[in-house]
Amino acid sequence: MPFIPHTDEDIRQMLAGIGVDSINALFDEIPADLRDPGLPGIPAGVTEMEISRVMNARATGDILGPCFLGAGAYRHHVPAAVWEIATRGEYYSAYTPYQAEASQGTLQLIYEYQSMMAGLMSMDVSNASLYDGASALAESVLMAVRANRKSKSGRILVPDTVNPLYRDVTRTIVGNQGIELETVTSNASTGALDVATLKQWDGEDVAALVIQQPNWFGRLEEAQALTDWAQRNGALVIAVVNPTAMAVLTPPGEWGANGADIACGEGQPLGIPLSSGGPYFGFMCCRRAFVRQMPGRIVGRTVDLEGRTGYTLTLQAREQHIRRSKATSNICTNQGLMVTAATMYLALLGAEGLERVAGHCHANTRQLTERLTDLKGVSLRFEGPYFHERVLELDRPTEPLCQQLASQGVLAGYPLGRHDKRLSNALLVCATETVTEADMDRFEEALGHALARAA
Amino acid sequence: MSNVPSDVKYASTHEWVREEDDGTVTVGISDHAQESLGDLVFVETPEIGRTVEAGEAVAVVESVKAASDVYAPVPGAIIDANSQLQDAPELVNTDPYGEGWIMRIRLDDPHALDELMDADDYEHLITEEDDG
Amino acid sequence: MSQEALIFDLGRTGRYARAQAPAERADLADIPAQFRRRQRAVMPEVSELQVVRHYTRLSQKNFSIDTNFYPLGSCTMKYNPRACNSLAMLPGLLDRHPHAPDSTGQGFMACMWELQEMLAEVTGMESVSLAPMAGAQGEFAGVAMIRAYHDARGDDARTEIIVPDAAHGTNPATAVMCGYQVREIPTDAEGDVDMQALREAVGPQTAGIMLTNPSTIGVFERRIQEIATVVHEAGGLLYYDGANLNAILGKARPGDMGFDVIHINLHKTFSTPHGGGGPGAGALGVGERLLAYMPIPQVGKTGERFHWRTDKEIPETIGRLSAFGGNAGVLLRAYVYARMLGRDGMIRVAEFATLNANYLMSRLRDEGFQVWLPQRRASHEFIVSLKPEAKELGVTAGDFAKRLLDYGYHAPTAYFPLLVPECLLIEPTETETRDDLDGFVQAMVAIRDEARQDRDFVKGAPYNMPVRRLDEVKAAKELDLKWQGEAD
Repeated sequence: MPFIPHTDEDIRQMLAGIGVDSINALFDEIPADLRDPGLPGIPAGVTEMEISRVMNARATGDILGPCFLGAGAYRHHVPAAVWEIATRGEYYSAYTPYQAEASQGTLQLIYEYQSMMAGLMSMDVSNASLYDGASALAESVLMAVRANRKSKSGRILVPDTVNPLYRDVTRTIVGNQGIELETVTSNASTGALDVATLKQWDGEDVAALVIQQPNWFGRLEEAQALTDWAQRNGALVIAVVNPTAMAVLTPPGEWGANGADIACGEGQPLGIPLSSGGPYFGFMCCRRAFVRQMPGRIVGRTVDLEGRTGYTLTLQAREQHIRRSKATSNICTNQGLMVTAATMYLALLGAEGLERVAGHCHANTRQLTERLTDLKGVSLRFEGPYFHERVLELDRPTEPLCQQLASQGVLAGYPLGRHDKRLSNALLVCATETVTEADMDRFEEALGHALARAA
Repeated sequence: MSNVPSDVKYASTHEWVREEDDGTVTVGISDHAQESLGDLVFVETPEIGRTVEAGEAVAVVESVKAASDVYAPVPGAIIDANSQLQDAPELVNTDPYGEGWIMRIRLDDPHALDELMDADDYEHLITEEDDG
Repeated sequence: MSQEALIFDLGRTGRYARAQAPAERADLADIPAQFRRRQRAVMPEVSELQVVRHYTRLSQKNFSIDTNFYPLGSCTMKYNPRACNSLAMLPGLLDRHPHAPDSTGQGFMACMWELQEMLAEVTGMESVSLAPMAGAQGEFAGVAMIRAYHDARGDDARTEIIVPDAAHGTNPATAVMCGYQVREIPTDAEGDVDMQALREAVGPQTAGIMLTNPSTIGVFERRIQEIATVVHEAGGLLYYDGANLNAILGKARPGDMGFDVIHINLHKTFSTPHGGGGPGAGALGVGERLLAYMPIPQVGKTGERFHWRTDKEIPETIGRLSAFGGNAGVLLRAYVYARMLGRDGMIRVAEFATLNANYLMSRLRDEGFQVWLPQRRASHEFIVSLKPEAKELGVTAGDFAKRLLDYGYHAPTAYFPLLVPECLLIEPTETETRDDLDGFVQAMVAIRDEARQDRDFVKGAPYNMPVRRLDEVKAAKELDLKWQGEAD
């Protein structure tokens, strides 16, 4: 009986206390034809030693080598202290801090997280996090429609330079709420948006414009001019940004004359392991005036009966457990444990450390792409400023090529043809601070060999 | 016991309505409503100029434990909202029938007021609620 | 316990954890100035030891399952086995990139596929999706699938979702997110759904019903099969909120009760960590009628190989819920837990959760507390109403909750469900010993004695926590949501 502490004597006495003669009698309100299905399809239980053997075998069976894959999830160094402390039982096995007096650790930590995130984004306020970057964008879209009182259209402009997986998720989540997601086409030769393209919406009712920085192709968007255009036209600006990049790039709060209205994105680069795609966390910041429209948990600082500083969940009346069908969202949780890790990651690195990490990501990507474009059959697909991802154009389809390189232990990048057939020969590559000279040698050599064979 | 003044009329959703001399009405929430909500921390006042039906949600009053809609008790156009509540939502707690008013409505049809309760009926309603 | 300064206040200009960042600064001159950050971000400037010490100290201000009995109703705060964590964090699993080809992740995908199979069996559903990142997202996906089903049949008159008044707040919030209106129906005096009201509520406008069983009142819905018939005959579908699945795991299956779609809170029933409020995972179980609309991706198996099923295989899918395949790390923990329990272990979960709840309920009733619905069996949780104490002694459920903290017990869920006055919803879970349950009863009795002696003392609790009661009105009115520099 794994994890059940009852002795036979306990059971006997407890049943006597209740006044029944068997545990089964406690289920007598369940209709008999529903009771005790037996579960033949479930294997017998195993001990910790046995399951350890299974998991160790499966974990080592998964091939890992140099990683040049990004496209929304990034391999960064995670300081050992981060998860040593985040998995302390007091963080790991606590629940949402409803009882503030017994949750000051989690609450103060979230307040610190909100401060760091608002600082990194240069925004007024941050919430305590959402599920992931994609769902944070979906929630930002819903929030923008609520917050933009002047707009009646529910129309959101979403450029094709926004991560296509984020666009898919947003469509799934907002699809039944009368919101119209309209695509803005980017410049096919630069891989970025031209402000002039937006002219077709001049004077029209648009609730918000989404701007991803760096964009899906790794390119830097003209965030300043795009923001100014949107706000001149009465649209809010939703920024989707990479948090590592914000150590060195203009943060959303400083875009254009007035700054972005909502900033969101994927928090994974901040100390969260890749772990096959989750759990990660989505972050969300906004202008102070919109704080009551922001979904998710928010922690505030206050005082106790004796005037001592303390922290508590605040603005809870917006949430589903009180507001029910009129809540800002059905979201209950934040991604508490991930935020615990990210807070420690940011505290360890500070602005200086994060700038160094960001700088090395950029420099490694520059070096990698310079080396690879020297190979015959490889060129740059998009020129122009970038952060830590760039698109290469190869002389053949990249989907099978990536499979081939993976079998040699190199994760070569992301084949962009998955979302756009015109980009079937394009490869999105990324080199974070974890990539070494030897990793690049191995990539260059493997790719060179593959390309030397006839396409 | 809540204060239920007899110079105003009441809606079953706990708004009060006072007829002004110029044919408009002032609307707020009753003393009983503010008591059951507790200390207000935020009031979202209605949009001026909006035309509303009776029973339409037009404002929100928020305490730490609840957020509650305020419904237009009569049909008409919203011609004013209490901007003081932006910084001082507690006025609804301290003076619900005075400084804590929420909006003014120009009536479409003065007979709409006949649909509302007088103080005796309202007092009866809230006594029943307390016992329930 | 002493106050802990904010991490920002511990800093000195120029300090950071030097072992954690590249030794040199890199050249960024090729990024044009217009794109560059001008002012450095506001961040702590502290050493590695300062970080370790600060966050270790903060952790000590938390109650958690690992440190305290945590009978929070409807949240299933049971032991989170340590092996689930350490095995999910093996390097080979931790470093796997979500876009890495399927061929490089067969071990991981085998775990996911087996988890899908086990969850389908234990819930009696046809197929399972692991995509939802939390219970609320599973709920959203379930109702979105119900909508897709009606839409596909051109049945666009179905605009209403029926929700019992005792339901979790997420249910109505979810229905609205899916574009539905909510129709509430009452609970009868015995704690079951009011059948008369249900029959009156269903019709050609009914898209479906959202039910929790056992309900949030802590009792099994005895007429569940009749409810299923009424709703199905009206053309609606049934959604099962798996919040309370721990109560019936292995003893009864939602699929057999007639539900078309369910979500399972893996952070409750399958003991993955609550993590201070997440991450969760809200696996979906899907019945025959809704298979075509399952969210993507899902793990499929051909021969001995595993692959991701996407919209190519599920063309009518409601779509993607996250950028990748869901909260993989949480799912791995649930997998390890499910394997360790196995068939017999799973059945015993419900048995002992129910034994503990009924025992605790009978002890509290014997001590004179008012148990809600005393004529019913408790499921894995039950309700005590402190209305008599509130009336006679002037202490509320909230006061009891705060004073329990001083006794070292996390408070039960208070004031939910909304329809029971002054209620505590108590869920002891199967992993607590009888001694711990007895200790909790003693604390409840002691608090009532204290209230008889000195009401104001109880109303002033807690006293032994890092802080006393907090001014929530100030927190909400004078919003202080981030550190603004040393000036304050």
